[in-house]
Amino acid sequence: MKDVGSMIPNQYKITTSNVNVDYGSKRALHDINLQIEEKEVTALIGPSGCGKSTFIRCLNRMNDLIEGCKVEGKIMIDDVDINSSDTDIVELRARIGMVFQKPNPFPKSIYDNVAYGPRIHGIAKSNEDLDNIVMKSLKRAGLWNEVEDRLDASGLSLSGGQQQRLCIARAIAVNPDILLMDEPCSALDPIATAVIEELINELKERYTIVIVTHSMQQAARLSEKTAYFHLGKMIEYDVTSNIFTNPKHEMTEAYISGRIG
Amino acid sequence: MTDNFIETRLRKRYSAEKRFKIYSVSALILALLILATLISSIAISSIPAFTQINIGIDIKMNDDQILQFEEDPENVSWRSLQKKSFYSMFPDVETRKDKKELNKLLSTGAYIEIKKFYLDNPNKLSDNNIIYVPASDDVDLLIKDIIDRDLPQDMRTISDNQISYLDKLISNNRIKKTLSWRLFSNSDSREPELAGLKGGIVGTLLTMFVTLIISFPIGVLAAIYLEEIAPKNKFTDIIEVNINNLAAVPSIVYGLLGLAVFLNYMNMPRSAPLVGGIVLALMTLPVIIIATRAAMASIPPSIREAAYGVGASQMQVIVHHVFPLALPGILTGTIIGIARAAGETAPLLMIGMMAFIVDVPSKITDKATVLPAQIYMWANNPERSFEYLTSAAILILLVILIMMNLLAILLRKKYERRW
Ligand SMILES: Nc1ncnc2c1ncn2[C@@H]1O[C@H](COP(=O)(O)OP(=O)(O)OP(=O)(O)O)[C@@H](O)[C@H]1O
Ligand SMILES: [Mg+2]
Repeated sequence: MKDVGSMIPNQYKITTSNVNVDYGSKRALHDINLQIEEKEVTALIGPSGCGKSTFIRCLNRMNDLIEGCKVEGKIMIDDVDINSSDTDIVELRARIGMVFQKPNPFPKSIYDNVAYGPRIHGIAKSNEDLDNIVMKSLKRAGLWNEVEDRLDASGLSLSGGQQQRLCIARAIAVNPDILLMDEPCSALDPIATAVIEELINELKERYTIVIVTHSMQQAARLSEKTAYFHLGKMIEYDVTSNIFTNPKHEMTEAYISGRIG
Repeated sequence: MTDNFIETRLRKRYSAEKRFKIYSVSALILALLILATLISSIAISSIPAFTQINIGIDIKMNDDQILQFEEDPENVSWRSLQKKSFYSMFPDVETRKDKKELNKLLSTGAYIEIKKFYLDNPNKLSDNNIIYVPASDDVDLLIKDIIDRDLPQDMRTISDNQISYLDKLISNNRIKKTLSWRLFSNSDSREPELAGLKGGIVGTLLTMFVTLIISFPIGVLAAIYLEEIAPKNKFTDIIEVNINNLAAVPSIVYGLLGLAVFLNYMNMPRSAPLVGGIVLALMTLPVIIIATRAAMASIPPSIREAAYGVGASQMQVIVHHVFPLALPGILTGTIIGIARAAGETAPLLMIGMMAFIVDVPSKITDKATVLPAQIYMWANNPERSFEYLTSAAILILLVILIMMNLLAILLRKKYERRW
C-alpha cells in the first residue's frame, strides 16, 4: 500500500509521503507513508518513544516550535503541501484543531478559553454570535451543563477531565476539519475517559480525527484505521479490526498481545 | 533489623532535623535583628531632624516700613527689621560684639519667615506681633539637650552669654518647638536649620521617570526579541553573554560613558535628570532584560502550544499569553532594577549630579541632584545638626524604596489574580 496516496490525489484527507523527522542528529521518524480518510478516526499506537507524538505534531507543523527539529517529506492535506514554504501556518493550524496529552487550558476564564480562537480569527460577527459559538462548542464537548452557570470562572478551576473537555471545546470552536488528539485520556479516570470517548464518537461525523492512544481497547473501540509505530517506523497500517484480530506483522502481534511496550 | 536499631536511627534523624531547623531559624532571627538594629538606629538618630526650635520676636513695623510694604514688600529691609526688633527685646545688650552674638541665635534665614508672616497677614501690618522664626542650629541642639550646657564654654559651640539670652527667652515664653516639614518643603542649604530634601526628592523622581520610560520599553522589547523571536545561533549567544556581563559592570563605568557620550559628545546639559536618567537606564537595562527573559522562559510551553494550536500567530502568542503571564515577573524585576538605580551615586558623580544645588528642578533638563547624592554630601558636612539630617534623609530614602517594593508586590498580586 506504499505511495498509493500520492498517485491518487483527492481521495484522502491527509497523505504523508516519505516523512522523516530528525531531532538534531537523531532520527525520530523514518519514511512514514500514511493515508488518512476523511471523517474517520485513525488511531496511532505503539510503545513509548516510538514517534507517535512526533508524527501527529507534523500534521499541524507543531514541530516548528521545537529547536533543532527538522521535518522532511511531503504532507498533503486537501491537496496542499503543508510543508511548502508558502503555506500559511496560522491558517493551517486554524483548520486543524489539536488536543494535547495534558490538559492545557489558558489561565483565563472558561468563556475566554473557548472564545479565544474565534476572536483571533474574526469568526464571530457580534457578541451574541460569539456567545453562541462558545455555547455550541461547550455543548458539543459535553461540558455545557457543568459550566453554564460559571463561565467566568478560571479554566484552571475545573477538574482534569473537565479541563480536557474544555480544551476540546476550544479546539472545535474555530470549526476545524481535522482534530489531532495526543493521548487525550491519559490523565483521566475511566469515567471521564468514557465521556470523552463518547464525545469522539459524536465528533467523527464532522471531523477527521487522528488520535494517539496507549490503550488498545480505546483504539479498538474508537477507530476505523489503526497504525502501529515502532522505533520511529510505521510497521503496519490497516483497518482496526484487522490489526487487532489478524495482524500481518509479528511485531504488531507482539505489541497488541502485550509482549512489547 | 531490630526494633531498637530502627528506633535509634529514627531518633537520630529527628534530632538532625531539629538541629537543622534551629540553625535556619537562628540565621533568620540574626538577619532580622541586624536589620532592625540598623533601621532603628537610623530612625532614632533622625528624630531631632523632624522637630524645629523657633524663637518668637516681638515686632511692630513703623510707619515708614508700612508705607514701603504697601509700595512693594521687596522694599522693606527685612533683615534690619528683624535685628532691631530682636535687639529691643534685650535692652541691656549694648556692645557690637554682644549684639552679633545675640543675632547668631537666629537662623540666617529668619527674616524670610517675617516677610512671609506679613505677606500672609497684611491686615496685621500695624499690630504688635509675635513672629516665630527658626533658631540657629546650635540653639536647636542646645534646647534639644544634644549640646550639654554644663560643659565648659570652650568645649561647646554656644557661649555663656548666648545661653543667658536663651534662658531669658525661655522664661519669657518665646521658645517654641514645632514639628518640622521643612525636610520636604525646603531644598538644600548650607544652614542645617534651613536645609531640606525637596530638591533631592524631586530630582530623584524626575531621574527615575526618565530611567523608567527609557529602560522599560527597550528592555522588554529586547528581551522579547531575544527570548521569543531571535534564532539561537552564535550571534545571539554572544549578545546573551554580553548582557549578562553588563549586569555585573561596576556602575561608575556607566557614569564615565555618560560623561564621554552624553555630555562631551552630544552636549547634553550637565547635572540634569535627563542625563542621569539615561545613564541609570543603561545601567538598569540588563537587569530588566534578564528579569523579563526569565519571566517569559518560566511560562510553561504547554500554554504556547495551546495558543499556537488554535492558530495564533507568533505575535498573538506573545501579546495575548506570554507577555501578560510574564508581566508580574517583569514588573518585579523592573521595580527592583529601578530601586537599585534610585540608590546609586557613583554614575551620577561623573555627570555632575553630586552637586550642591539649591533650586528645585522643574523639568528634566534643569540642574538637579538626587537623594543619595544629598545624603552623601550632608554626611560630609561638619555641622553637627547634619548628622541628624543625614539619618532623616536615609530614612526617607528607605521609605521611598520600601514603597517601590510594596508597589511591586501589589502589582504582582493584582495581575496574578486576574484569571
Ligand atoms: N523535543 C525533542 N528533542 C529531542 N528528541 C525528542 C524530542 N521529542 C521527542 N524526541 C525523541 O523522539 C522520539 C519519539 O518521541 P515521541 O514523543 O514522538 O514518542 P511517543 O511515541 O509520543 O512516546 P509516548 O508514547 O511516550 O508519548 C523519542 O526517542 C524521543 O526521545
Ligand atoms: Mg507522546
